[in-house]
Amino acid sequence: MAGSATPTSDTPVLQIENLRVSYFIRAGDIPAVLDFSLTIKAGESYGLVGESGCGKSTVAMAIMRYMGIAGRVVAGRILFEGRDMASLGDEELRRIRGGKIAMVYQEPYSALNPSMNVGSQLMEVPMIHEGASECDAYDRAIEVLRDVRMPDPQTVMDRYPHQISGGQQQRVVIAMALLSNPSLLILDEPTTALDVTVEAAVLDLIDELRRSYGVALLYISHNLGVIRRVCDRVGVMYSGELMEEGTIAEMFAAPRHPYTMGLFGCIPTVGAEKHTRALQPIRGQVSLPHQRLRGCVFGPRCDHAQAGRCDQGEIPLVRTDGSGHQVRCLRWNDIVPSVARATGQADHGAGDEVVLHVDGMSKFYELPERSLRALLGGGAVRYVKANERISFDVIRGRTIAIVGESGCGKSTFAKVLTGLETATEGSIELHGRNIATIPVQQRSSELIRTLQMVFQNPDGTLNPSHSVGWAIGRVVRKFGLAKDADKVRARVEEMLDIVRLPAVFASRKPRQLSGGQKQRIAVARAFAGKPNIVIADEPVSALDVSVQAAVINLLMDVQEKFGTTLLFISHDLSVVRYLSDHIVVMYLGQVMEMGPAEAVFRPPYHPYTEALLSAVPVADPTIEQTHIRLTGEMPSIIDPPRGCRFCTRCPRRIGEICDTVVPPEQEPVPGHRIRCHIPLEDLRKIPPVFTRVAAAAE
Amino acid sequence: MTVFILKRLGLVVLTMVVSSFLVFTLNEFSPGNVASKTLGPYASQEQKNILFERLQLNDPVLLRYVRWIGVLTGVIVDPLQDPVLGLNFHDPRGDQYFGNLGYSTLYKVPVNDVIWNRLGNTLALAAIAFAIILPLSMVFGILSGMSEGSMLDRTLSYTGITLTSIPEFASGVMLMAIFVLWLEWLPGTSPLMSLPEWSIAEQFVLPVLVLVLYDFGYVARMVRGSMVEVMTRPYIRTAILKGLPYRRVIMKHALRNAMIAPFTVILLQINFLITGVVVTEVIFGFPGFGRMLLEAALFGDITLVEAATMVAVFIAVTTQLVGDIGYMYLNPRIRFT
Repeated sequence: MAGSATPTSDTPVLQIENLRVSYFIRAGDIPAVLDFSLTIKAGESYGLVGESGCGKSTVAMAIMRYMGIAGRVVAGRILFEGRDMASLGDEELRRIRGGKIAMVYQEPYSALNPSMNVGSQLMEVPMIHEGASECDAYDRAIEVLRDVRMPDPQTVMDRYPHQISGGQQQRVVIAMALLSNPSLLILDEPTTALDVTVEAAVLDLIDELRRSYGVALLYISHNLGVIRRVCDRVGVMYSGELMEEGTIAEMFAAPRHPYTMGLFGCIPTVGAEKHTRALQPIRGQVSLPHQRLRGCVFGPRCDHAQAGRCDQGEIPLVRTDGSGHQVRCLRWNDIVPSVARATGQADHGAGDEVVLHVDGMSKFYELPERSLRALLGGGAVRYVKANERISFDVIRGRTIAIVGESGCGKSTFAKVLTGLETATEGSIELHGRNIATIPVQQRSSELIRTLQMVFQNPDGTLNPSHSVGWAIGRVVRKFGLAKDADKVRARVEEMLDIVRLPAVFASRKPRQLSGGQKQRIAVARAFAGKPNIVIADEPVSALDVSVQAAVINLLMDVQEKFGTTLLFISHDLSVVRYLSDHIVVMYLGQVMEMGPAEAVFRPPYHPYTEALLSAVPVADPTIEQTHIRLTGEMPSIIDPPRGCRFCTRCPRRIGEICDTVVPPEQEPVPGHRIRCHIPLEDLRKIPPVFTRVAAAAE
Repeated sequence: MTVFILKRLGLVVLTMVVSSFLVFTLNEFSPGNVASKTLGPYASQEQKNILFERLQLNDPVLLRYVRWIGVLTGVIVDPLQDPVLGLNFHDPRGDQYFGNLGYSTLYKVPVNDVIWNRLGNTLALAAIAFAIILPLSMVFGILSGMSEGSMLDRTLSYTGITLTSIPEFASGVMLMAIFVLWLEWLPGTSPLMSLPEWSIAEQFVLPVLVLVLYDFGYVARMVRGSMVEVMTRPYIRTAILKGLPYRRVIMKHALRNAMIAPFTVILLQINFLITGVVVTEVIFGFPGFGRMLLEAALFGDITLVEAATMVAVFIAVTTQLVGDIGYMYLNPRIRFT
């Protein structure tokens, strides 16, 4: 077989033919991937999209032949450079792993060994695969670290993973993968755990390295915007099957499969303003491969499914034309993509009553000193300025979003607001009463009822040993909305109905629910006490795209129904634009810009806002985006820049003044404030980040 | 780093002071006064009164504690050695020197003459046992942790848990029945004296065996548990998918991380082996530290109990200190924060 296996330039790097992978457990075998085929040519970048549980990571692990004891390839072949991976001996397999096929993982921190320094983890690769000497390996590692744009590579070599930032960790993992000049790089959600500006830089890097190293990519992600930025072709997976495949241009301009269309309908676009386009969630839950029915796996959630046709037999993958666009749908030819509709409820009649007045609120944490001098009582006390002089107003019934990257202080603000922390300075007035200094233990139950929270991770917030009805009912009882059992039950059922879950769910335990259902319960629980303000801290970032849309819509509906004020904390600017009226942009504990949503998303921008918007991965092919990238790392919050907090990374820094003088607050229109030294007329000249272009394919 | 070690050393001193005060106070307040305990049951009331006066036992306990420290550091003359008392206590080192631990009323010799000898015997026993337990439990723990659920893993787990559950007095008696009574291969007592039939080495075999059987399973299970956890970590997957040979994955990537958690447990074993092997020492008549402590406590030899407890506390704090430093070395997340 040696002769036939020699790769020529025509041999695809990776060819998967009718792959079927199952997990064998005590209860029997559970299929994870069914009849999956894929071809990646040399140097090509292929994106694999799908929601959790669809089998995309299983495909990656099957390629690596690393599926644990339970997983097994049941049928089909995986050919790497023409050689069947299943036929390889242990030694050959080892040479291919890390040598020819390398991987980049979702969480760089846990993918790196915590007790080995970065250098030895990198140097291992050439030493093992090429028998390089320690000296050569060191030089190679430094070289690749330079290629991944790592600042100060020599120093980083001696560092341990926990000593470098998340973005740098991912650069190390990418460098590690590239060290052996692989011909295929598998990236499994490599930017999902990173901040948006870091993500943008890493995506740029991947795109650039792909060309300079000539490596083929298999890029796995749930984020269509990310795929659009780095891939040539894309495959959409659902429940273990490939639903549709085609080039980026075709797929994004004219998706053929109802599921692909549904995914596009679920993602808010940063180009769309509030109420101009409603999100259209896909109904139902993601069905896992082992729950599949006869016929189309997507059938139960599909608006176009026809009984007697779509639920019969196997649905084949068919070509739509000569270009290689394939779709697994019987009706691909008669489905017309539904046009996004406007909600037409631009103004929901909110007044201008200020419910929450934040005035110069600061939260400092004292820093524990570990040096010998501090031990002996000398030295000044240092502070972490998590929030500094934050001021804004929240109007009743409106949604205000706080955005910023991790470490910007947005969660600290939520903690002060809910009384988990108390403010160091300034005040937060709720209906004229300062609550910033009242810890939650001293808050009256009436005050607690007024302010409720929805958290990021519904698993952690619902008590696993109590039923859903108990959790909601407890709120009702505790805040004295109803006392006797019947009334409480009625209220619980009413809340379940509002979040569109059947009343029988009251007796279910959290573990019986899916992620989206749990988050609905969390919403029901938060609103059950009729709060005036609900704080939602990243409520949808842990959810699948199709479910995320449903929860966002739900949150907006419930808010409107009760006239509640919503304080939405998020890093996802697309979601923020979709649902908020006002936006506060934070960086290193300070507010950089704030104002009505449409004003913040349009010039004049604060340079930081501009960079944030430019970093958002956009899935909409009709939108063009400017390219602004932040360099360097976010400075330490313990020792922030003296002048403008953003000056160390600002691409529009104007000079000395930015480093030394605290910038003034400028007000281009009443209510829209920008904290920057650049004169307003110059800021107004900055071109908008998003421009709409005519769709190329239509 | 220096700050950390200095801080820790400070804590060691503080712990020693506090615990010595507690030990001293507890002993002084144990039933019967110090004078009558020192003189034993056959002393006359008059003698007791003289000693009571001499030791100034009416003074507050804090003052007496300071005086005790004074004797220990050689600042004050040991009052018990005063010939006026007629106790006939005589220390060849004199009655005032640094490290004066007093005079043992049980053995009728200075504490320094009995305690170090006994401690040495126990250290020898502990060292041999530890030298067997550590590599044995590491090897088996790591092997079974590498392949969780395998035949080897299950066998080792069951054996380990069975052995750990057999108390030392039971295994000691069983081993004696087999090797002493039935096979007649080994001596039934270990007085560590040259017996005509048995060498010193042979006298060590059974006590060591009892300790190994008792402790091995426990440590092995700790190592196994930690190894199992480490093997599921994503960085092990990274190492495998980097194409490293399996051996290297284990030796370079898994081991060090797997040692972090059981490290403290292993150090605690040193502690246990030195001060907690009373049962084994009693069964085999081994002249060790634990047995000495037990005998001294039963007899009411306050001076010896106080001295021995202080030595035990010192060993405990030292292993703790070594543990903290070693832990820091193993875990860079603690070393560089």
